[in-house]
Amino acid sequence: MAAVAERPAGGPSASASAAGQTVTMRIWRGDAAGGAFQEYTVPLEEGMVVLDVVHRIQAMQANDLAVRWNCKAGKCGSCSAEINGKPRLMCMTRMNTFEPGKVITISPIRTFPLIKDLVTDVSFNFQKAKEVPAFKPKPLDPDGKRRMYQEDVDRVQEFHKCIECFLCQNVCHVIRDHEENKQSFAGPRLFVRLAALELHPLDTNDRRELLKYKAGLGFCNITKCCTEVCPEHIHITDNAIIPLKERVVTEFYDPLAWIARKLSGRDPRKGIVE
Amino acid sequence: MATAVGGKVRVAPRGTERADLWWLEPLITVVVLGGFVLYTTWAMVFGSDHYFADPYISPFFSPCIATNCVDGYRFIPWAFSPAFLIAIFPLAFRLTCYYYRKAYYRSFFWSPPACAVPDAPKSYQGETRFPFLIQNLHRYAFWPALVVVVFLWIDAIKGFAYHGHFMIGLGSLVLLANALLLTTYSLSCHSCRHLVGGYLDMLSRHPLRYRLWRRVSFLNEHHMLIAWCSLIFVAFTDVYVRLASAGVILDPRVVF
Ligand code: SF4
Ligand code: SF4
Ligand code: FES
Ligand code: FES
Repeated sequence: MAAVAERPAGGPSASASAAGQTVTMRIWRGDAAGGAFQEYTVPLEEGMVVLDVVHRIQAMQANDLAVRWNCKAGKCGSCSAEINGKPRLMCMTRMNTFEPGKVITISPIRTFPLIKDLVTDVSFNFQKAKEVPAFKPKPLDPDGKRRMYQEDVDRVQEFHKCIECFLCQNVCHVIRDHEENKQSFAGPRLFVRLAALELHPLDTNDRRELLKYKAGLGFCNITKCCTEVCPEHIHITDNAIIPLKERVVTEFYDPLAWIARKLSGRDPRKGIVE
Repeated sequence: MATAVGGKVRVAPRGTERADLWWLEPLITVVVLGGFVLYTTWAMVFGSDHYFADPYISPFFSPCIATNCVDGYRFIPWAFSPAFLIAIFPLAFRLTCYYYRKAYYRSFFWSPPACAVPDAPKSYQGETRFPFLIQNLHRYAFWPALVVVVFLWIDAIKGFAYHGHFMIGLGSLVLLANALLLTTYSLSCHSCRHLVGGYLDMLSRHPLRYRLWRRVSFLNEHHMLIAWCSLIFVAFTDVYVRLASAGVILDPRVVF
């Protein structure tokens, strides 16, 4: 079904190709009703990233190709796709990392419903985000201020690097391969958000019950694909998910912690904050 | 031919467009981890003839607490291989380790075999149901494993003494390195990281716990590497003691 488009003769872009090199891309074309990969061959220039090539294809051969992008600097999180089967940002994937002459396959991220071509509907992630209780700070200090120390914020700062590209949500097999789990699983991006709040020195909301039941932390089997694909190199599994899992253990599974709570009569909601 | 199914793009028949060697990592894990499990099982079941080569004892058998031990503490009446009484603790620690969970879920359960490669099992409950629910008690495997490590240090120190004389043998160094690696492995554990301070929101209020947490976090970053090194080395230590005990190799040593 692959339609190989002809490389247009002449034209500004073709002549601009210094070494006369071309690249062939296999891009998914279609919508929720169906579709197929189509091949396009365009001139390649030095310094190009995958998104540049996609734009060139759009400009020269497939004006109706749908692709979402914005910053071209790896900061807006819009251009997520699967490049040779690996979830990546198109704008941060340099063409010189591929073997010359090899066809490159670009498909939309799989875990969310397809709208058209490379564009998917990622609203699942925003719905899940609405379920996270907001930051609820402690009362002010007597002098009317709130204080946090560097030691306390170091941990959560990492989580604020998230650009919401949802590559981690896309690669997570819990929902990628098991659609039925979408009901009961928030996904790694939301675990990062939850960790940013749960580990926050000033926050007073307790999200452990949410983590166990609604967010489905137990579904995660810590296989670390989210960490592998995160373009911001957030240690999602080691620094967000596992610390949260350990807190859920203390609250729900650890018999000694349970006995200690009963004996001391301490409110577990407050116990952990101090 | 590709079609869209249930709002998702499905590309038949492989389900992944990854053309790289994604299967290599799970394959290596199966070979090394599987090899380790087979070897330890063999050593525990059939290897109780050669676990002591004066003054070295194999880490799989230490602390040797069964009455039928060649050397050691000998206080539990026992008719089987003494390793069964001990090795279960480090094994439980490794089995429930966050890192090894990743390794075997990927390589043995194919859940998932590699990133963006479909899960083999059709349905998936993760760690929400028995038996994987038990993984939540990993911290309870931490303490016994730590106690075993203390005995391995005692063994390592004993490995420098031969009938009242100070000695240095290749085996003494092997035992020492083994104790060091297993200590590092245990202390780099994620549960340890939580228990020493990770559970606190206000680390600044607890300077000692904060310092400990920083140290453990540093080790924890290398937990995977340490897990593999210590796994391979503990098996090597057993092989070394076994070969020395059977007289296959002569332990080079200087007795003072
Ligand atoms: S580590 Fe957990 S959340 Fe991250 S991709 Fe794997 S299963 Fe999903
Ligand atoms: S955690 Fe990383 S992969 Fe996930 S949405 Fe944020 S930046 Fe993207
Ligand atoms: S276009 Fe903004 S991240 Fe790629
Ligand atoms: S030993 Fe690996 S996480 Fe505890």
